[in-house]
Amino acid sequence: MSLTKLPFSRKLLSLGPIILLYVSVLNEFDFNYLNLKYFSFNFPYILIFYWSLKGEGRLSYVLVFLAGLINDVVIGLPLGISSVTYLFICVFAVYLRNITLRVSLIKDWFFFLFTILVINSIFYSILVVFFNVKIDYYNLLFNVLYTFLFYYFFSYIFGYYLNLLRRTND
Amino acid sequence: METNRDDFIIAIRSAFLKKGTKQRFSLIVLLFFSITILTLSKYNFKGISFLKSGLNEIVYRASFIISAPENFVVNTYKLTMSHINLYDDHKKLKKDFKALKAENLSNNFIISENIMLKSKIGDIVDISSEILAKVLVDKQSPFLKSIIVNKGSKDKVKLGMAVLDGDFLIGKVVEVNYLTSRVLLLSDLNSKVPVSVEPNSVQSILTGTGEKFGKLQYTQLESFDLNNGDQVYTSGSGGIFKSGIPVGEINIIDESKESYVLFHSNFSQLRLVKIVLYENIN
Repeated sequence: MSLTKLPFSRKLLSLGPIILLYVSVLNEFDFNYLNLKYFSFNFPYILIFYWSLKGEGRLSYVLVFLAGLINDVVIGLPLGISSVTYLFICVFAVYLRNITLRVSLIKDWFFFLFTILVINSIFYSILVVFFNVKIDYYNLLFNVLYTFLFYYFFSYIFGYYLNLLRRTND
Repeated sequence: METNRDDFIIAIRSAFLKKGTKQRFSLIVLLFFSITILTLSKYNFKGISFLKSGLNEIVYRASFIISAPENFVVNTYKLTMSHINLYDDHKKLKKDFKALKAENLSNNFIISENIMLKSKIGDIVDISSEILAKVLVDKQSPFLKSIIVNKGSKDKVKLGMAVLDGDFLIGKVVEVNYLTSRVLLLSDLNSKVPVSVEPNSVQSILTGTGEKFGKLQYTQLESFDLNNGDQVYTSGSGGIFKSGIPVGEINIIDESKESYVLFHSNFSQLRLVKIVLYENIN
């Protein structure tokens, strides 16, 4: 019997995206120590979008909501703002899933760019207008750019993982 | 045309309202929850403050544990690099030590003279409490620069207390929980500290830029002369910090006469910090 066919391994595999989401919001993969100016990307955005789009309901919205609250606490943002942005990403991904007839990575990729541009606009507006928190606009723009670029890379890794999950469930 | 609009509305409605077999709540319900929490936190609703405080205690500890492997890798890399650079560092430090030793002797005289003069005008400010704290989380996001330390209201940490790395100012306490506190670093865009630039005693406000540099504002540069290498200290205006805490030195003055200050402390290397409260002993 292969290791991935064991009930515990199967459970662990199916929880993989959620575990990764929680590790990433608690750990904040920021790469600050690399001292690269403006380099940052939002890994939770990539993960939530991909798994809401392709994950066939494996990513629980309640857990995404809680991950948002945790992210706010770790970064020090007003409580609830990350939950709003994460859930809006889910809305966009589900909308794309509903209207997609023929799957194309390039289409998904550019729809992801549109999504994060809208989401970050909401995020920026709420922080600046309602909470008077100053944010470096260039940082935010570069964050969008790198998040967009990394989506393509991570979609291959997640795609491989998703196939593994499907095979273990067969 | 009509059909396209209908399809769009159906897809949007389905995205917001449809629960799916594996979901407990629809997205619209959770979005409503999130917006409610956000609105209540804007108006400092007590229940949300309790929720946040509880979450803080759990999440900060969890974050510290989860970050351990990454921190181990980063620290190992830094340790290796410091071993590689050991000889060069040693030579440089030896040279610096000689220069500082001579400077220290004249400083001791100036300090005692300063204390005597300040006592005459009743302006002696002293540290009334000093708490040593360990940095639990230093995950500075690209947007907000802050750290979490392992001392909170239980250890008598209060809002607004100054935080030092050695003798250098690095920020102030902006959030106090029972066992932990959040420190807003000087590099954060939202940080503003009244400072004095020596040797000309130019009064200014130091604001964070989100980078390793701070920026001097409201100096009216036409009438004052600032140079690279000028030292920046807290001015004591506003009564939050005492005057004379070293902050950094002017590193760049650009063409538009904006002055940038390089902080003495490296905010990505903080491990142990001092949380201090300054009070007038009179």
